[in-house]
Amino acid sequence: MIDARHRFTPLQRLLHWLMAVCLLAMLFIGVGMVSTVMPKYLPLISIHKSLGAAILILALIRLAVRWRYGAPPLPANLPEPMKLAAHLSHYALYGLMIIMPLLGWAMLSAAAYPVVLYEGIRLPSLLPQSDGLHTLLWDAHYYLALAFFALVLMHVAAALFHALVRHDGVFETMAPVSVEDRSQLRDEIAAAE
Amino acid sequence: MLQQRKSPLRSVLVSLVVIALVIGGSAVAFAYTAGWLSPHRLTPGKMIQALAPPSGAALGHRRNHVKGICFTGYFEANGNGTTLSRAEVFARGQYPALGRFNVGTADLDAADATVRVRGMGLRISPPDGQEWRSAMIDPPFFPVSTPQAFYGLLLASASKDPNAMEAFTAANPEFATFAAWAKSAPWTGSYAEERYNGLNSFIFTDGSGAEHAVRWSLLPAAQPVPVPHDELLKRGFDFLEQDITERVGNGPQRWTMVVTIADPGDPTADPSKAWPEQRRSVEVGTLVVQRIEPERDGPCREINFDPTVLPLGMRTSDDPFPAARSSAYRVSYDLRTAEAKDYPRTETGAKP
Repeated sequence: MIDARHRFTPLQRLLHWLMAVCLLAMLFIGVGMVSTVMPKYLPLISIHKSLGAAILILALIRLAVRWRYGAPPLPANLPEPMKLAAHLSHYALYGLMIIMPLLGWAMLSAAAYPVVLYEGIRLPSLLPQSDGLHTLLWDAHYYLALAFFALVLMHVAAALFHALVRHDGVFETMAPVSVEDRSQLRDEIAAAE
Repeated sequence: MLQQRKSPLRSVLVSLVVIALVIGGSAVAFAYTAGWLSPHRLTPGKMIQALAPPSGAALGHRRNHVKGICFTGYFEANGNGTTLSRAEVFARGQYPALGRFNVGTADLDAADATVRVRGMGLRISPPDGQEWRSAMIDPPFFPVSTPQAFYGLLLASASKDPNAMEAFTAANPEFATFAAWAKSAPWTGSYAEERYNGLNSFIFTDGSGAEHAVRWSLLPAAQPVPVPHDELLKRGFDFLEQDITERVGNGPQRWTMVVTIADPGDPTADPSKAWPEQRRSVEVGTLVVQRIEPERDGPCREINFDPTVLPLGMRTSDDPFPAARSSAYRVSYDLRTAEAKDYPRTETGAKP
């Protein structure tokens, strides 16, 4: 048996990896779509809107699940600056997951565009048209997206650092499949040899 | 012992290299996707830059069709369009319409009479919120076949090389057809006498789910009166705006909306090729223009007439232009709204 406190719950792990795929797709589609005049611009922007709405819903569910189940503790021997960085970066990740779709939605509203999702589902306008607000929201959506990608890269680097260098079990808390089972297997193989 | 002490260090170094490769590779993939590593990619920003006149872009204004005037009125659907599309805008009834008459230039200092192409942006807003936006022009076909060729045309017309246009026309023979139209087509003295053509092909889906490839046009109720170009050149800088303001002041101006249905094999992907005259067409309603307002404080100023804003029952076809226009119009909108201080409104406060 695996001690539950050493791993996130299966629901949390499922949400994490599902959203990891969605968020990476979202960031790549975002920078890709605004760089092209080709016909793929239209399906990309359409996916970007629908996926953004899906991410907002998933992020709210995830926040509630996190609230309910919490997170395994960080290793006691993790240096304080790394602990601080871990905590702050997770606040930032959760914040961006929620604020980015809202910024996009508000930005389109402030430009008087209808916000239409997959199959013509129309979202209500969040704001009246405004040049100033549109510019502010556009800048926020764009620069925070770049910051979001940088943060995702740092998150991946940190996860790999825990997995490959520190071997402290932090990566295993969120690993999609039980790494402990595999390491057990590896130990058994090593013992057999 | 020594071996053992060295090995973890090496393993850490290998791990760090692996991490650096993963992160670096991801960053490069991101930069590639964004076009930062592809100087030859035709981005909407490049298209917008190429549109700028030699004097520079007019800050705060649309980057093309820069001179325009707002109108409001309604679209009266006669119900015939429901045989082609299930969009509510074709159900018999009156729906609010907003638009903009414009001349096809990026130069704010161009006199109306010097601009060959005239256009109309239109937004019809049925109560279900399924807006229909369109931007149409008066030539019967587009100058070029592809967005790439349009970019080439912008570069060639701005080029200092005296042979640039000749070379462009040789490579894009469809442009010769347009040039012939531009030279020989009669001019009129009014926005009200123009026929505005959508030119791009779209797919309409009717109530039974059947699809129809279509193009649409607005035919003026006012009889076009040809005016020699020399005579127009003697008129005022903004004579088209003055004329339409006066006409609409004296009474509403009307256009009949006609939807033309392609036969199988008609060129839907190429707006430079008109469809044969005898194609079936359906009159779907009447646009009634009731009021004209200057753009500076007018209701059309804040609207991007993005031709891909379509109601359910309409979608884009294999015509590559609506996507390219949508992409470029968006950049133009983002720029001009950020530059609003360079085109200040005279009234303060929110617009209706």
